[in-house]
Amino acid sequence: MASDTYAAWSSQDAVVCRGIGMTWAEGTPRAHEALRDIDLDIAPGEFVVLLGPSGCGKSTLLYLIAGLEKASRGRMWSFRDPVEAPSPDRSLIFQETSLFPWLTVWQNVSFGLSIRGAPVAERRAVAREALSRVGLVAAMDKRPDELSGGMRQRVAVARALAMRPKVLLMDEPFAALDVQTRAKMQDFLLDVRRDSGASVLFVTHHIDEAVALADRVVVFTARPGRIKTIVPIGLPRPRDPFSPECEALRRQLTAELRSEVDRAFAEQEALTSDQ
Amino acid sequence: MSSDLVAGRLPGAAAPWLSAARRQSLARFGWAMVSIGLFAGLWELAWLTGVADAKLLPPPHIFLGNIPDQARYFNTATRWQIGVNPADGPSPYEAVLVTIGATAGRVFAGLGIAAVLSVSVGVLIRYFGLLEKLVLPTITLLSPVSPIAWLPVAIFIFGIGNKPAIFMVVVALFFHMVLSTISQIDNVNRNFIHVARTMGASKRQVYARVIIPAILPQLLIVLRLNLFGAWMVVLVAESTGVGFGLGQVIMLARNTFNPSLVFFTIALIGLLGFLSDWVLRQLQKRILYWVPETAGVLRGL
Repeated sequence: MASDTYAAWSSQDAVVCRGIGMTWAEGTPRAHEALRDIDLDIAPGEFVVLLGPSGCGKSTLLYLIAGLEKASRGRMWSFRDPVEAPSPDRSLIFQETSLFPWLTVWQNVSFGLSIRGAPVAERRAVAREALSRVGLVAAMDKRPDELSGGMRQRVAVARALAMRPKVLLMDEPFAALDVQTRAKMQDFLLDVRRDSGASVLFVTHHIDEAVALADRVVVFTARPGRIKTIVPIGLPRPRDPFSPECEALRRQLTAELRSEVDRAFAEQEALTSDQ
Repeated sequence: MSSDLVAGRLPGAAAPWLSAARRQSLARFGWAMVSIGLFAGLWELAWLTGVADAKLLPPPHIFLGNIPDQARYFNTATRWQIGVNPADGPSPYEAVLVTIGATAGRVFAGLGIAAVLSVSVGVLIRYFGLLEKLVLPTITLLSPVSPIAWLPVAIFIFGIGNKPAIFMVVVALFFHMVLSTISQIDNVNRNFIHVARTMGASKRQVYARVIIPAILPQLLIVLRLNLFGAWMVVLVAESTGVGFGLGQVIMLARNTFNPSLVFFTIALIGLLGFLSDWVLRQLQKRILYWVPETAGVLRGL
């Protein structure tokens, strides 16, 4: 294990997880184990999708990597540095709108800069640049509630990009969008990733989304979440979702996932009958 | 016309030469008049048919019929003091305005002090864990105490005058506004806080830049709800004697068995409460430009 730790420390990978485990409310009667023994390396610029049944702890892993929570067990590095606290290098994007409704779009995008005390002119310039990358410069002075759901998520992406992150952590970012908007947003996300060179760690429970986006798909087991298998997706982009290769991958992932979903259901039923 | 009424529209409200917003507020005003008119009409009917005794429940046309006569009782001259001519002092109408001003001043002073104090205390309690342990149990313990119970305390500490009345308003609102501030802080969207933290915000910045703006909408609503509470408490405080005020007029009316004066004062208080709520609502719209209006949500049901 010691040599393994050293190897991890010297690794240039964007994210390195070794033996990560997480138990919420540890030591209380409400304690429950969300994650167990996660070993995962994410290369710079790699697009990794975390796929698993609801409540399997994939979002928890994202929060741990973001540094918002502390893992109960195991260690974690990002570009050689141990992950101990939140960092602008690792931006988090959520499923529901997390734009501050009291700020305009450009103020939202440059929020991180204003935290550092940057002058208004610089903040506006950075916001303009980030918004141009998501095609929303025209909406700069609007308020979030004047935008559609898809536009708001693009602003959220711009806000993350304005921090020039090395890792984008996305927690089911398109789950609340309709199917057509989601497809557009997926293309858009791939462009953003190509231009920024950031690694993306993307949580979803949609198999279609995983196949469309990922370099590698990490399939989780039901709670406590462990890595069941990692499926590399070697297809060139842009991908045709109706191609036989994509179809085969979807079949494979569906099969991997089905037994876990069944297990999760059985467990939930057991839990509710306890009460 | 009757179909207009059935459809929930005020007859004539569809005047084409007015803007839609104007038309809407005019219609709302019209409906308010209809509502009050209905209430007054029933009362008058009860008087006409002899159900309501004019000596005990004088209908509106009696207690509003002779305003100068009512205004005589709003006496703000300090004529009980030695050396003051009883005929001196403001005219009856001025006296009514002075009385209203004094009471409204106490309400808003109390409301303002309570709001600033309770929000600060609530935020500090959540910010410093030790403060929570030291202060919160006492606040929780005191919050169910009726403001009436504080009345003797107010008089012990502040004697008689403006101060005890303002103190009463503050004490009536403070404790549960602290508790409501805390619960709103706990209900702030976690993602807002996560976003700020990943962008490098310190604890102080998270509070100043995220938590306080996020709880502002609910706080203003709580303030508006407590406005009515403030109007209620101030009357109790004033009835103990504060020089002058609407509470004192009610007390005078009670002691001299003057139901007309009671109802006249009640009408005044109702009007004032309504107006001050309107003022706070306008304030809310100005400050909370980002909060959508939700009053129409249930209209489609």
